[in-house]
Amino acid sequence: MDELLLAAAGLIVLAVAVGLASILRGSDVERLMAVQLLGTGGIGALLLIANATNVPGVEDVALGLALLAALATIALVNLLDTDQGDVEA
Amino acid sequence: MITLLDLFSIAAIGVGTFFFFAGTVGLLRFPDSLTRLHALSKADNVGLGLVALGLIPRADSALSALKLIVIWALVMLSGAATSQLIGRALRRGRK
Amino acid sequence: MSLRPFLDVILASLVLGVAIFTITARDLFAAVVGYVAYGLLLAFVWIRLYAPDVALTEAAVGSGVTGVLLITAGKRLGALKDVAPDRQPGLALKLLTGVLAALVASALGAVILMLPDPPPSLAPEAAAAADGPGAGLGNPITAVLMSYRSFDTMLEKIVLILAVVGVWSVGADKAWGDAPAPLRQQKAYAPMVFLAQMLAPVGALIAIHVFWTGANAPGGAFQGGALLAAMWMLTMMARLAQPPRVDAQWLRLALVAGPAVFLISGLAGGVVAGSFFAYPQALAKPIILFIEAFMVLSIAVALPMLVAGPPSERQDQ
Repeated sequence: MDELLLAAAGLIVLAVAVGLASILRGSDVERLMAVQLLGTGGIGALLLIANATNVPGVEDVALGLALLAALATIALVNLLDTDQGDVEA
Repeated sequence: MITLLDLFSIAAIGVGTFFFFAGTVGLLRFPDSLTRLHALSKADNVGLGLVALGLIPRADSALSALKLIVIWALVMLSGAATSQLIGRALRRGRK
Repeated sequence: MSLRPFLDVILASLVLGVAIFTITARDLFAAVVGYVAYGLLLAFVWIRLYAPDVALTEAAVGSGVTGVLLITAGKRLGALKDVAPDRQPGLALKLLTGVLAALVASALGAVILMLPDPPPSLAPEAAAAADGPGAGLGNPITAVLMSYRSFDTMLEKIVLILAVVGVWSVGADKAWGDAPAPLRQQKAYAPMVFLAQMLAPVGALIAIHVFWTGANAPGGAFQGGALLAAMWMLTMMARLAQPPRVDAQWLRLALVAGPAVFLISGLAGGVVAGSFFAYPQALAKPIILFIEAFMVLSIAVALPMLVAGPPSERQDQ
């Protein structure tokens, strides 16, 4: 059963890795979406690994990642806004 | 000896993994940025949700299961809001 | 277990690929996105190396705080659009830089490859020493940080304060004492405000949980403080809060609170328990948690101040 969980974690990482290829040739916003996918996929893989192995504290890392993914996305959207040049303070 | 709960876990995690793949395929192959955003949010919500659901029966303690649910809720919350933000960024980019 | 090498290879090549992309990216946004992705991937690598504490710190600081720092810096540089274009560095300079970088990389590689097997390590000593004078803590990393190497940890927090002072001193003379520029100039849209309002309290709770559980499980003061810092930056980016004035009393008190409490405990240890930075055996854990609480406060205040930057003259008021 643990092997299956680890296999699923590996598959998710693979899926996200392929999705990262979109960073190379997508527009800015698509790169942002690829990072979002990386974050969420990472959380999924971490949850599976936490359950399959006995390393303590991995769910806490997933918890922290959940918070930080949102932070990174908001910061990048802020940067996009500046690039697109609207200054409606 | 695979119990019914184990079967449920395997099924849920399997479908969740499939949704992650679907999200990636959508991100790479859909014709339009907005449709890609749609694919991404499916992977976020459904994919992670099913994985978390499949892991709940295997949790060590009630606190552990609660953590899984909290992570899922957080990802859903931030996924919903960031989808809106990305959508708006896409719309403004092409005005 | 035949799956693990496969996973490792995927992870390692991903890290390499994203790093190369970040370095060779042509525009700012792509580079920052690459850097954030790189930080997240490194966090997985740390997990794979059985270091969840470092993974949490890497995710919080490496991709969270530093990512926002790069973005803020990029926005401010982007505002300087009317600067005359720089001269490109000449071919000789580029070659020299390349050679130097290659030398450093090969020196690092040589050192790692030439390590004796098993490599020398202070880990057994540290673990043994931490069990002694310390701590009764379940997390050996916290024990080493706060008991075996407590002086180093305190000095690190002082370095953070010096960094903040350095960043503040870059501001214009006229602006001294003012607040740094807001992290977001435009009005924030509703989803962003909603997310910040919902996420910040939950995030603060999670940060406190991570700090508290660091005594016995992976976590600790730095991770909790970095998560709290991330939550404060989230509210500032959604314009629910503004960077405070640099001469605010509470800000300066919060900044020095951590190292100050640490230093006082160390000196008190000299009186009460026999030597500088020793803890009385029975009270070790409560004292460590007490010091860590103030450290969380200082870190949570210092990191956003580093990101917010130097005080700047107010354009509107």
